[in-house]
Amino acid sequence: MNRTLAFLTRRRDGRGWHPTDILSYVYLMLGVLMMFGPVVWLLMSSFKTQAGLVEFPPSFLPYSQEQVMVEGYKDPLPLFEVTLPDGSKKPMAQVRRIGIVSQMVDPKQPDQTIRVKFEDRTPIRSLAFAWENYVTPLKQFNFMSYLWNSIVVTTVATFITLVVNSMAAFGLSKYEFRGRTSILIFIIGTLMIPITVIMVPVYLVATQLGMVNSLWGVILPGAATPTGVFLLRQYMLTIPDELIDAARMDNASEWQIYWRLIVPLSLPAIAVLAIFSIMWRWNDFLWPLIILTRNEVYTLQVGLNAFQGELQVQWHFVLAMTVVTLLPITLVFAFLQKFITTGIASTGMK
Amino acid sequence: MRALEYPMRGVQRLIGQGRMPYVFVLPNLLIFGTFVVVPLFINFYYSVTGGTALFPEDRPFVGADQYGYLLDCENHLSPFTCREDRFWRGVYNTIFFVAFQVVAMVGLSLLTAVILNRRIVARGFFRSVFFYPVLLSPVVVALIWKWILQRDGVLNAVIAAFGGDRVLFLAEPQWAMFWIIFVSTWAHMGFYTLILLAGLQSIPADLYEAAEMDGTSRWRTFRRITMPLLWPTMLVVLVLSLIKSVQTFDEVFVLTGGGPGTATQLIVHYIYETAFATQVHNFGLAAAASILLGTVLFILTLIQMRLGSRGERR
Repeated sequence: MNRTLAFLTRRRDGRGWHPTDILSYVYLMLGVLMMFGPVVWLLMSSFKTQAGLVEFPPSFLPYSQEQVMVEGYKDPLPLFEVTLPDGSKKPMAQVRRIGIVSQMVDPKQPDQTIRVKFEDRTPIRSLAFAWENYVTPLKQFNFMSYLWNSIVVTTVATFITLVVNSMAAFGLSKYEFRGRTSILIFIIGTLMIPITVIMVPVYLVATQLGMVNSLWGVILPGAATPTGVFLLRQYMLTIPDELIDAARMDNASEWQIYWRLIVPLSLPAIAVLAIFSIMWRWNDFLWPLIILTRNEVYTLQVGLNAFQGELQVQWHFVLAMTVVTLLPITLVFAFLQKFITTGIASTGMK
Repeated sequence: MRALEYPMRGVQRLIGQGRMPYVFVLPNLLIFGTFVVVPLFINFYYSVTGGTALFPEDRPFVGADQYGYLLDCENHLSPFTCREDRFWRGVYNTIFFVAFQVVAMVGLSLLTAVILNRRIVARGFFRSVFFYPVLLSPVVVALIWKWILQRDGVLNAVIAAFGGDRVLFLAEPQWAMFWIIFVSTWAHMGFYTLILLAGLQSIPADLYEAAEMDGTSRWRTFRRITMPLLWPTMLVVLVLSLIKSVQTFDEVFVLTGGGPGTATQLIVHYIYETAFATQVHNFGLAAAASILLGTVLFILTLIQMRLGSRGERR
């Protein structure tokens, strides 16, 4: 018996279980619950009908009460299981409820109504996903255009960031020229300046350039991020200069060296920056909130915030649109999970 | 981009190979200069001018008045006595928030990283679990928790199931403060866990083997080997999380809107409101407040660099 137990609990490294191992797994399981639980709860809730959402205590799965059309009634009636005076049970539709007494009707005999006490009936419920939570806001409200704006901002900004920052990183890592050190010091020195400190004057500059309420006003200010230059430069410094000299011997222009040699060789670092840039841009909130004041140019984050403020009561729409907002980044993560976590662990940036 | 090769060769011929690096740095510097460097200087100008106009030429010079207004208090420890009491409320809320949030977050991140550094089955999976919220946008994070914490929310259902009374979590000042600390910790701890985990994994394994050979207890191993060797990483995490924490805005803005009252209004929120959200846009005051904030962040960064270089020397 003891040997069987030892065999069952044996671990890869051949040692037995220590009490702290069990504590560790308990902690990790709690972690899964704490970290994923809220998101799963959001997802489940987003499929509930408006009636299902105000139910208390809430149920985990999106149940909704079944309804039937009964001859002679205009609207579908809610279905209940009724315990009749003789003890038998029967599904019946509720016509109306007055105080603690309900008027019920058998769907098969629509002309006969009976009175049933409140506690003698239980609703018949079935699993139902309220897809209209998703369809309606995407159609009726501006969510399609928010989504589109976010996609445009994310892709264009990431593209500009990658090109502009890799060019600068190349210039700053592979050439000696007058002013290089001062440029470097300035770029690295501003690594720590947050948007909050300069948002008033950036707003002025954006106004002067006519970028208020335009997506360019969201895209450009953050495009030349010091973090990106810094990261790419560190990587490019490790590319041997001999390669560049050889390319020059072959009569390659400086641009060709950059585009055909340095960019392909720096792809791992560029990919990390691309992922960061996508994350930053998709999730960006404060700056778009300031620069975008007209509904039709909102990005998804700003739109979602405005939406939840106006429609506190319409949680079913808010929850569904929250899911729409978190979905793309979740998919990116699901596929590139290992790449993202190691990339962040090794560069230490977010 | 390949289509640029021919025109770029022309440019190179025109200005000479030696000046090509400027061509590469130029686009970046143009954007960076326009949206970071120039604004930095304009910000100072804003902070010494008054009025409500956006354009600097329409703003009268007022000297240090904005700073004087912000700092004018009978008793600096009590926001009631300040002329701009919302600013000081923001300052104290931020100090309180940062103190608890950073300690809670770094503590939990360290615990999680240490556990994930053990021989754990499916370590990659658990690492992703803790990291996942980091990816979510602040708006999404805030809405998720708003949904959980509302009156008929799942948390109140749990409390009711245990026979307790429902609580309006975001409408009571103490609870609201607790939840913004909780939610921001929830959203960001995965990031610091990851960095600490990378730090732990760079500690040579033979040190632990030697300790085990000598029969050293786990707690002693942790104190004598893990902590000293992890300290440089710890410092980076501490200062990084401190700087981020001082700047918190998005989650709190969506979750509580700074309320109830001004109970959870943080300093960035104050700057945003002063400049953009009130009827009268007080750009000068907001600029002065942001320069005070920037100064604090600058000092924090200097401390980090100081501590960092000392760590390297050791």
